Amino acid sequence: MRLDYSIVANWVANGSQVLDLGCGDGVLLKRLEQEKNTHGYGLEIDPEKILRCVQNDVNVIEFDIEGGLSSFADKRFDTVIMSQAIQTLKRPDQALAEMLRVGRECIITFPNFGHWKARLMLATKGRMPVSDLLPYEWYNTPNIHFCTFKDFDQMCKDIGARVINREVIATNSWGQSLRGMCPNLFGETALYRVSKD
Amino acid sequence: MPESIPADSVGIVSAQTMHFDEALELACGRALQSYDLVYESYGQLNESKSNAILVCHALSGNQHLAGYNSAEDKKPGWWDAYVGPGKALDTDKFFIICPNNLGGCNGSTGPSSINPENGKIWGSDFPHLRVRDWVHSQARLADKLGIEQWAAVVGGSLGGMQAMRWALEYPQRLRHCVVIASSMKLTAQNIAFNETARSAIQSDPNFCGGDYLEQNTLPARGLGVARMIGHITYLSDDGMGKKFGRELRSGTFAQGTEEPVEFQIESYLRYQGSKFSTAFDANTYILMTKALDYFDLAREYNNDAAEAFSHAKCKFLVISFTSDWRFAPERSREIVDALMQANKDVVYAEIESHYGHDAFLVANQARYEDIFKNYMNKVSQCG
Repeated sequence: MRLDYSIVANWVANGSQVLDLGCGDGVLLKRLEQEKNTHGYGLEIDPEKILRCVQNDVNVIEFDIEGGLSSFADKRFDTVIMSQAIQTLKRPDQALAEMLRVGRECIITFPNFGHWKARLMLATKGRMPVSDLLPYEWYNTPNIHFCTFKDFDQMCKDIGARVINREVIATNSWGQSLRGMCPNLFGETALYRVSKD
Repeated sequence: MPESIPADSVGIVSAQTMHFDEALELACGRALQSYDLVYESYGQLNESKSNAILVCHALSGNQHLAGYNSAEDKKPGWWDAYVGPGKALDTDKFFIICPNNLGGCNGSTGPSSINPENGKIWGSDFPHLRVRDWVHSQARLADKLGIEQWAAVVGGSLGGMQAMRWALEYPQRLRHCVVIASSMKLTAQNIAFNETARSAIQSDPNFCGGDYLEQNTLPARGLGVARMIGHITYLSDDGMGKKFGRELRSGTFAQGTEEPVEFQIESYLRYQGSKFSTAFDANTYILMTKALDYFDLAREYNNDAAEAFSHAKCKFLVISFTSDWRFAPERSREIVDALMQANKDVVYAEIESHYGHDAFLVANQARYEDIFKNYMNKVSQCG
C-alpha cells in the first residue's frame, strides 16, 4: 500500500470524475475506482506503462501532456491528479494552470528537493543530489524542474491557486516524527491539493 | 499453404452461406428482398454464447480472415497474423465470425449476383449501401446464429466504422468495440482519392456503365489503376522508401542507351493492380468507396460525436499508427476525445510504425500485438 496513494485517495470524493496525468501503470486509478467508485482516465506517454494500464484494466489514453489539455472542457473533472510527474515537464506552471482549468480540484505529488539529504549532498559534496528516490545524474534525469515543498507553495500563490491541503511523506520513523515540524526538511515526497475558484 | 500448418494457425477453413428471405430495408430507401451472407468462423461458441466476436472487413477484404481454404492456398486469410490459437483474437477463447459484406464479391449478395426479380446480373442497378446496412445485415446473421451479444465487434479502417456504428445502432448487443486505424468520417482528401479511383474504373471503356458482366467483359485496366492509387495511399512515404527506394527492376541509366527503365515500385504497383483487377469486382469497389465517403458517424446526432457516443454502452479500444496518413492518428484522437466527452471507457494507443494505413494488417509489430492481445485477454475474462 503506497502511503502517497492513501493520502491521494483520502482527498478524492466518492464517485468523482478523475483525470490522472502521467498515470504510470494505472495502479492509483484502479485503487480510486475500487475504493472511491471513481470514473476517469489516465494519460500516459510511455508504451510500457500504457501496456501495464491495459493489464490493470484502466482507461488509458496515449497522450503527451506537454501539448496541453485543450481537448478537455473547463471543469470536466472533479479531480485532476499528477503524481510524480510535474518535475518532468517543461512548464510546470502552465501545466498546473491547465489542470486547474479542467479540474475542480488538483492533486500534485512530487519529490521534495528541499529534503535534508539533497541539501547535505549539495552542501558537502558540491554535487547534484543522487538518491534512491532520484537515482539519476543531472544530465540524464527526466526531472528537469526540481522544486521544494516551499517552492511549490510559491508557484500556487503566483498562479492564484488555493491550497486546500498539503502534506509530506517521510520513510523512516524519525523523519516521520520530524516532518510535521519541518516538512521542507524532512519530507521526501510532497503532496498538494489545490483549487482555483 | 506452407508445408505444414503452423501451430498458431486455425488450419483449413471453409466458408458457410446464410440465406435471408426477410427483406432488408436499406438506408437508400430501397430494399433487398432476399440475400446471402457468406462467412467464415473460427473457434467454438461457448454454452452461454458469450464469447463471440464479429470482425468487420475493410474496403477490399472478405470473409477469409484466417487460415487456409485449401492445401493449395499460397497465403492465409487477410488477418491471419492476429487471428488464431494464442493470437490477439485467440480462437482458443473466442468464437470469431467474419462475414463478407453485402455488396461484396466473395459470395455475399452483391453487384455481380443475380437479381432474383429479373434473373439478370445486378450490375449498375445494385442498390447503394451504407455502413449501417452492413451493420443491420450482420445483426441478422447474429440472430440466426443465436448470438444476442458480441463479446466484441472488431474492425480496421472501414471495418472500424462498422464497429462504431454497431455501438450506436445496437448498444445492447456488444460489450467491446475495437476500432483500428479508422475515422468517424473521411476527409476531403480521402474522398478525393476515392473519386480518382472510381473515375479510373468508370473511364475504362469496358466498364459499360457498370453492366460489364452482361457484356461479358471486365474493366480490368480501370480497376487495376484504382488499386494502384489505393496502394499508394495505404503505404507511407517512409515505408515505400524503405521497401523500394529507387531500386530498378530492369533497365539501366547508362549513357548511350535507350533501354527503358522500370523502378521496383512501378513493377510492384502494376503487379498489385493487375492481380486485383481480375480478383475483385469493379462495382463492389465503387460501392465500398461510396460507403466510406458517405459515412459520418455523428451526422444524425447533430454532428456531435460525443452525443453520438453517449448512446453506446460498450467499452472501446482505439488504435492508430503514426505513419498512417489515410486515416491519421488525429482521426483516432477525435474518436477518443468524443468518447471521453461522453464519459465512455476507452483505451487508446498510437503505435509507432512505418507501414502507413496498411499497418493494421501487418504482422510482427510487437507493440500493436501486445496492446491488442492484452486488451482482448481482458475481454475474455470479463465474460
